[in-house]
Amino acid sequence: MKTDNAEHIVDYRKLAAVWLALLALTTATVVVSRLELGAGKVWAALAIACLKSGLVIAFFMHMKYETRLFRIILFVALVTLAIFIGLTFFDVLYR
Amino acid sequence: MSSVQTTTAAAGGFWRDSGKTGIGSWIFSTDHKRIGLLYLYSVLGFFLVGATLGLLLRLELMTPGRTIMGATTYNALFTVHGVVMIFLFIIPGIPASFGNLVMPIQIGARDVAFPRLNLLSWWLYAIGALVVLTALFTGGGAPDTGWTFYVPFSARTGTNVSVAVFGVFILGFSSILTGINFVTTIHRLRAEGMNWGRLPLFVWSLYATAWVQILATPIIAITLVLVIAERVLGTGLFDPGRGGDPIMFQHLFWIYSHPAVYIMILPAMGVVSEIIPVFSRKPIFGYKMIAFSSIAIAAAGSLVWGHHMYTSGMSDTAVMVFSFLTFIVAIPSAIKVFNWVSTLYRGSISLEAPMLFALSFVLLFSIGGLSGLILGAAATDVHVHDTHFVVGHFHYVMFGGTGFAFFGAAHYWLPKFYGRRYKEKPALIGWALMFVGFNVTYFTMQVLGIRGMPRRYYDYLPEFAPLNMVATVGSWILAAGLIIMIVNLWRGLFWGEPFQGNPWGGATLEWSVPTPPPTENFEEEPVVSHGPYDFKGAGVP
Ligand code: HEM
Ligand SMILES: [Cu+2]
Repeated sequence: MKTDNAEHIVDYRKLAAVWLALLALTTATVVVSRLELGAGKVWAALAIACLKSGLVIAFFMHMKYETRLFRIILFVALVTLAIFIGLTFFDVLYR
Repeated sequence: MSSVQTTTAAAGGFWRDSGKTGIGSWIFSTDHKRIGLLYLYSVLGFFLVGATLGLLLRLELMTPGRTIMGATTYNALFTVHGVVMIFLFIIPGIPASFGNLVMPIQIGARDVAFPRLNLLSWWLYAIGALVVLTALFTGGGAPDTGWTFYVPFSARTGTNVSVAVFGVFILGFSSILTGINFVTTIHRLRAEGMNWGRLPLFVWSLYATAWVQILATPIIAITLVLVIAERVLGTGLFDPGRGGDPIMFQHLFWIYSHPAVYIMILPAMGVVSEIIPVFSRKPIFGYKMIAFSSIAIAAAGSLVWGHHMYTSGMSDTAVMVFSFLTFIVAIPSAIKVFNWVSTLYRGSISLEAPMLFALSFVLLFSIGGLSGLILGAAATDVHVHDTHFVVGHFHYVMFGGTGFAFFGAAHYWLPKFYGRRYKEKPALIGWALMFVGFNVTYFTMQVLGIRGMPRRYYDYLPEFAPLNMVATVGSWILAAGLIIMIVNLWRGLFWGEPFQGNPWGGATLEWSVPTPPPTENFEEEPVVSHGPYDFKGAGVP
C-alpha cells in the first residue's frame, strides 16, 4: 500500500495556535471594518478572509499534508471560482 | 458474429442471476444496471407528468382569454412544468439512466467506481423529488415564480417557494454524486486496452458532463439556500433597499443554469454519436474532434451565462463580453453537426427507429441552435427576450434535441437489457407523429414570439389566436406520437420477441456481452483490441 493515504496526526498545540490565529484575524476584520479606508476596506476584508480560509484549508482540512493530486484538484476548483467571479466583475464594475 | 458470446450460461442475465427478487432487490441494489433502470423509470415518470402539464398549458392557450384555467393557476402550472422537466427529467435524464446502464459496460468495467454512492444518488433524487412534490400541495401552494426563481418576486411571493427550492437543493447533490462517480469510473476502471482514444463518444460526452456537474452544481445549491435565507431570515442579500443586488441572483442562477444546459445536451450528443455510425455502417467521421468538442463545449459553455441577462440591467460592457463569448460556443457545436453529417456521407444508411430519432436530433438541434444565435446576439435578443420565441427555442434544443435523443437511446439500448425487441412499424409511426407534432407546435411558437407574443401569460391579444390554435393542435399530434411510442416500447420490452446478440451490429463493448448482460457484465475480463467504431475489428458484418 502507498503510505500517502496514512493518517497524519497534527498535534494539539499546533491546532490551538491556528485557532488563535483565526480569532486574531476575526478581530482584525472587525477592526478594519471600522476604519475609514474607502474601497480599500473591501480589499482588506477579502485579504483577511483569504488568509483565514488558507489556514483552515491547510491545517484543519489537512491540505498541507496531502499529495499533489489533491492540491491540483483544489487549485482547479479555486481557479474556476476565480473565473466566475472575474467575469461577474464585467457587470459590477461597469454598471 | 463469432465474437458475440452466447447467453445460455446467463439466461435472464442481471434480472435473475443475483437470485434476488422483489422491490428490495431494486431500491437497495448497487448494480449499475438496476440503478440505471430505476432512474429510467423515475425520469420517464416525471417526463409524463411534465408532458401532461405542458399539454394543459397548450390547452389553456388554445383560445384567447380564459379557456380552462385562470392566471394564477397558469402561473403555477408553467412553474411546475418547468421545474419537473428541468430538475426531475432532463438534468438527471440521459446520464443517470442510460449513462448508468451502458457506460460501465462500454469501458469494460463490472460496475461504477462507487456503487453505493450511486445508490445514494438515486435515493437523494427520490427524496428531492418527494420534497418538490410536497411543496406543491402544502403551505401557500405550488410556486408561481417560473423555474428560474428570480428575486425579488421569489423572495416575496406567498407560494411555497422555500420547500420547492430545498427539494431542488437536494436534487443538486444527487447530480454531483453522479458526476464524481462517473469521472472516477472513467479514469480508473477502463479495461485493458481501453485507452482514451478508444473510449466510445458517449463516454466522452458523459465525462465532459460529469465535470460540469461537479463544478457548477454547488453554485446553484448555495444560491437556492440564499433564496431561502432571504425568505426566512430576511437577509437582504438581493434586496437593493438593504444594500443587496437582485441582478446578483441572476448571475448566480445562470452561472449554474447555463452550464446545466450542457449537462442536458452533451450526453444527448453522445447518444447520437453512437447511433449514427452504427446505422451508417461507417466509422464516425472526426472522432477526435467530436471528443474534443465535448470538452470545449463544457469549458467555453461555462463562460456565457450572461446571455440570459441582456435586458436585466447588467452593464453594457458585460452584455458585449457575454454576447461575444456566446458566439464562440457555436463553433464546437457546429463541429459536431458537420461531423455527423460527414459520417452519413456515402454510408449505407438504414432508417430504423434509433436512427430516425438520432437524425431528428441533428435537424431539431440545429434549428434550436441557430435560433439560439438570434438570442445570443444582444441586438436581436432585446426584441425577442421573454417571448414565445424563447419558449420555441429551448423546446427545440431540450425536447427536440435531448428528448428525441433520450427516446433514440431507449430504442437503441433497451432491447439489449430486456432481451426482447419492440415492433418496428409502430415505432416508426410513433416517431413520425412526434416529429410532425413537435414542429407544428414549436415552430409556430417561434413565429408567435417573433410577432411579439410574450411568454408566461395565460392570455394574449386576439391577433395571435389562429397560430395558437395551430400550436395546440400540434401538441395533440405530438402527444399521440408519444403514447404510441411508449406503449410500443413497453409491450415490446416485456412481451416482445426474444433475441440474442447484436441486433444493430454495433462495435462497442456492450454489444459483445450476453443478452441481457449478467450482473458482473463480463464473463471474463475483456481486453480491448479495436476502436469503438471499428466494425471490421469487432467482426460485425
Ligand atoms: C408535451 C410536451 C410539452 C408541451 C406541450 C410543452 C409546452 C409548454 C408551454 C405551453 C410552456 C409555457 C409557455 C409560456 O406561457 O411561457 C412551456 C414552458 C416550459 N417548458 Fe415545456 N412543453 C413540453 C415539453 C417540455 C420538455 C420535454 C421540456 C424540457 C425537457 C420542457 C421545458 C419547459 C420549460 C423549462 C419551460 C419554462 C417554464 C417557465 O417559464 O418557467 N417542456 N412548455
Ligand atoms: Cu444559456
